[in-house]
Amino acid sequence: MSPKTLYDKIWDAHLAHEADDGTCLLYIDRHLVHEVTSPQAFEGLRMSGRKVRAPEKTIAVPDHNVPTTLDRADATTMTEDSRIQVNALDTNAKEFGIHYYPVSDVRQGIVHIVGPEQGWTLPGMTVVCGDSHTATHGAFGSLAHGIGTSEVEHVLATQTLIQKKSKNMKVEITGKLAHGVTAKDITMAVIGKTGTAGGTGYVIEYCGEAIRELSMEGRMTVCNMAIEGGARAGLIAPDEKTFEYCMGRPHAPKGAQWEAALTWWKTLFSDEDAYWDEILVIKAEDIAPLVTWGTSPEDVLPITALVPSADSFTGGKVEAAQRALDYMGLKAGQPLSEVEIDTVFIGSCTNGRIEDLRAAAEILKGKKVKDGIRAMIVPGSGLVRAQAEEEGLADIFKDAGFEWRLAGCSMCLAMNPDQLAPAERCAATSNRNFEGRQGRGGRTHLMSPGMAAAAAITGKLTDVREMM
Amino acid sequence: MEKFNTLTGIAAPMPLINIDTDMIIPKQFLKTIKRSGLGVNLFDEMRYDDDRNEIPTFVLNQDAYRDAQIIIAGDNFGCGSSREHAPWAIADFGITCVIAPSFADIFYNNCFKNGILPIALPQEQIDVLMKDAEKGANARMTVDIEEQTVTTSDGEVFKFEVDTFKKHCLMQGLDDIGLTMEKSASIDTFEAAAQTQRPWV
Repeated sequence: MSPKTLYDKIWDAHLAHEADDGTCLLYIDRHLVHEVTSPQAFEGLRMSGRKVRAPEKTIAVPDHNVPTTLDRADATTMTEDSRIQVNALDTNAKEFGIHYYPVSDVRQGIVHIVGPEQGWTLPGMTVVCGDSHTATHGAFGSLAHGIGTSEVEHVLATQTLIQKKSKNMKVEITGKLAHGVTAKDITMAVIGKTGTAGGTGYVIEYCGEAIRELSMEGRMTVCNMAIEGGARAGLIAPDEKTFEYCMGRPHAPKGAQWEAALTWWKTLFSDEDAYWDEILVIKAEDIAPLVTWGTSPEDVLPITALVPSADSFTGGKVEAAQRALDYMGLKAGQPLSEVEIDTVFIGSCTNGRIEDLRAAAEILKGKKVKDGIRAMIVPGSGLVRAQAEEEGLADIFKDAGFEWRLAGCSMCLAMNPDQLAPAERCAATSNRNFEGRQGRGGRTHLMSPGMAAAAAITGKLTDVREMM
Repeated sequence: MEKFNTLTGIAAPMPLINIDTDMIIPKQFLKTIKRSGLGVNLFDEMRYDDDRNEIPTFVLNQDAYRDAQIIIAGDNFGCGSSREHAPWAIADFGITCVIAPSFADIFYNNCFKNGILPIALPQEQIDVLMKDAEKGANARMTVDIEEQTVTTSDGEVFKFEVDTFKKHCLMQGLDDIGLTMEKSASIDTFEAAAQTQRPWV
């Protein structure tokens, strides 16, 4: 048998039909659903009299619109259209008989945090969701990617997706990360190298010592941003850490089924002689704590760097970089570590897990948020929130002057009331620094949770290593 | 879905690279539970100021391009969020073809589900098309999906690639779901086998 990559193996195991022209139907094991990209899909089913083919494999949770303030059950800040969208998900989940975690459920949270937490996401699966950050689930060695609403409807109706196979890219991070450097810095460093279109047409497998050393939380952070590099999906081969994370989760297999699953999962790795269309190797020790300076996730630099000038780029990037500098209110040559911020946002499907909160708490312990800085921590799920309270992290955040919120997507995309005002500058642990992403005219700098915590204390972009 | 055939129309030049789906349709317009009516908010934050007045420098606010049916754009068009509201807004505005050096994967697929033809061409050819588009309303381009060609107002012809299946669906205005349901026997067989091999799924 010819050697295969991990992606090849998962693909082959889910190929339900292949037409003569190479168009394939890929079977979908898990379909995650949230309130923003699904109402039109359910409406489409209703109009055509179709059912959900596999409701037992379909899991819904509202996350994008929900207020994260403590009064959210009757928050007056929730707009009517947001309420309609969340109510539509309630109704659709009931009517079509799919698994559902309503806002009132402690397990509610960001769909990409809830899936793994509840054991819905397991190695070797195909996982889709009408959300580009579905790539997160690739951390388990499952093939996971975002789809559009028409495809959501297609998966609801047929449990398959029409696909053409992507190419294979290996991204190897060799050696060990330096002190203060995290999974977030790895994934940003990769995008800095490939650019936001470098991964287009590929599924990336992340490997190497630095990846193996990461916890499952860290691996999810890395895979989460595969989409920002343009890749269809990011994957990490499952290992003992993966199995340990999955064991005992509510929807993970038990007993003999667990043993059978484990036997298959252990075959899920890229064969030694597998063919790669593209290989990128980065030395872990070359990665420093990173921040973005512009309005594309590829605009990354070490915190010790200076803001670049537009003419240091070539082609279409010159105009784009100038536009970004103007939008961000930055001047070429300015040290990034002197850029003053107004707001700190810690959370999102990129960095809203317990390990991220621990990293922030480590920096914030016994410290205070600088006067005038708005700072909020939004845990990724109700269970992450509960665990952080149990571990005493919530007290550290509150003592430091952070708002301690309920779970949701919140200011990552500002569909709920948490938004930046024009020109308000935010140190954010989320995944996109696009124009207007966190609010019209808002200025986003992406970074790790530790870096965001450090910025909250000093009121400017800060090298976290100076505070460790 | 409307059938896509030959299109002759005005092309709006948008040379910026990395035009993301947050730019195409900002998040405040994602709260709809319908697919229609988003055209008025296409490129909203580039198109209107804080008082909802049109920004005159934005291409689609210029008289020559108000009726554009084609966009000529920079590299990596449609990157970012998977929101299908982006192609819904584009189609609702009246644009049915976007031509760029490259597209983000999810956006590219979403276009075909909504009667929009995304065409990827080399940068040198995009440069020619961009110049042609800059001539304004009198310079009409023609996109022929059958022949897979784009013809400039000067008659210069560029050939493009498109997946055979996607082309067929677009030209016939076919519903993917109906097509897949014709293969439900294959799905049943696969599902039964998978249930035996991987019963924990």
